[in-house]
Amino acid sequence: MRSLIRYLIKNHAFVLFVLLETLALVMVFNYNSFQRAKYLNSANKITGKIYSVHQSVTGYFGLSKANRELAEENARLHNLMAIYSRDASPASGLSTVDFPEDTTIRFIPAMVINNSVNRPFNYITLNKGSRHGIKPDQGIVSARGVIGVVAQVSESYAVGLSLLNQRWSISARLKKSGYYGSLVWQGVNYREAGLTEIPLHVDIAAGDTVVTSGYSSIFPEGFLIGTISSFDRPDGENYYSVQVELAVDFKALGHVEVVEILDKDEIIELERMVRDDQVAD
Amino acid sequence: MIRWLIKYGIMFVVLVLVQVLVFNHVQFSGFVNPYVYVLFVMLLPLSTPRYVVLFGGFFIGLAVDVFSNSPGMHAAATVVIAYIRPFVVRSISSREEDRNDYPGLKQNKFSWFLYYTAIMVFFHHFILFFLEYLTFSHFSSTLLKIIISSVFSIFVIVLSQFLIFRE
Repeated sequence: MRSLIRYLIKNHAFVLFVLLETLALVMVFNYNSFQRAKYLNSANKITGKIYSVHQSVTGYFGLSKANRELAEENARLHNLMAIYSRDASPASGLSTVDFPEDTTIRFIPAMVINNSVNRPFNYITLNKGSRHGIKPDQGIVSARGVIGVVAQVSESYAVGLSLLNQRWSISARLKKSGYYGSLVWQGVNYREAGLTEIPLHVDIAAGDTVVTSGYSSIFPEGFLIGTISSFDRPDGENYYSVQVELAVDFKALGHVEVVEILDKDEIIELERMVRDDQVAD
Repeated sequence: MIRWLIKYGIMFVVLVLVQVLVFNHVQFSGFVNPYVYVLFVMLLPLSTPRYVVLFGGFFIGLAVDVFSNSPGMHAAATVVIAYIRPFVVRSISSREEDRNDYPGLKQNKFSWFLYYTAIMVFFHHFILFFLEYLTFSHFSSTLLKIIISSVFSIFVIVLSQFLIFRE
């Protein structure tokens, strides 16, 4: 026993090295529990604060671009409003918009305060948290298209998985033909992602629009993801391998919106009931 | 002792902030990312007890991890270089007497510091990138990324010695 202790003291550096290295590797391989550990990601108070202060300084450099994008978004919304008001009340002639009462989607505006594109698993940090109504599994979109999904929320910050994260795939639909597949980033180019599970008999062409399918309860149906840039038919497979050019430039993220689907719990509950019934049969 | 603590404490905070706020956003062609915070492990005096170096390395790695949502990867890489540091120093120093307690550029020959930086940075990047990709299937492309990023990190670290940590 004494010799063991003497050995440990003599080789304390090695013992400590093994301990710390094991601790670090446990974190690497228990990725999910790390994400659940509340204080060890960039949604915690200190890192969130530092990132938002940094953003408040560097944000000025992108103001003209942000302005232009917001103006474009504004114009687009004005157009939509014009269409709505024309359709809704042609008789009255007034521009009052009659939105349906049972709207199930709510948008929460937020700012991206940290983001990366060069790693195999990229994350985005937002400056809004549970205080503003953000919950895990809500989608993140911008005026240009789909960005990611919220993974972890603290009181005033949130961390989301970016579309550029190989641990995640999203259900995507071809706007023209209605066929859907899943979109996964391959980790190479931040402008492109791969779309799989599109059967060979579907007619596709470069330039076709890819949108969200609405089959998951994260994104509503019809949000822009990107356009097909190239595709080919791998030998011996029943599916195309499609490259999609993403609509969003992930190197220049600014204002985003978090999508809250208000009926989500109801949908999930319903789906769970059906699944449980099948298991019971 | 207090002065030592303050000096290296400030260095810790500054290096983490510079890393996560500046260098994590420096990206050439999508994948070159310099990791400059390795300097902290490199610049601790050689007489520092080894457990202090190991803990220092672990915590600065963990701090960068928390900021970049990469669980334990930086910590694992920095603990390794903190452990191998004395061996690296011993292997590149020719004689006992030309070893200064401070392994900075000013206290040592340029070629010595360059070797020191190159070895430490390469080990760090090697572990970090392979943990990040968690596969050996794209060995050559990952190795290319490691080499390009290492060259860039070495360049920035040596440059930083000329600019700031001169004392």
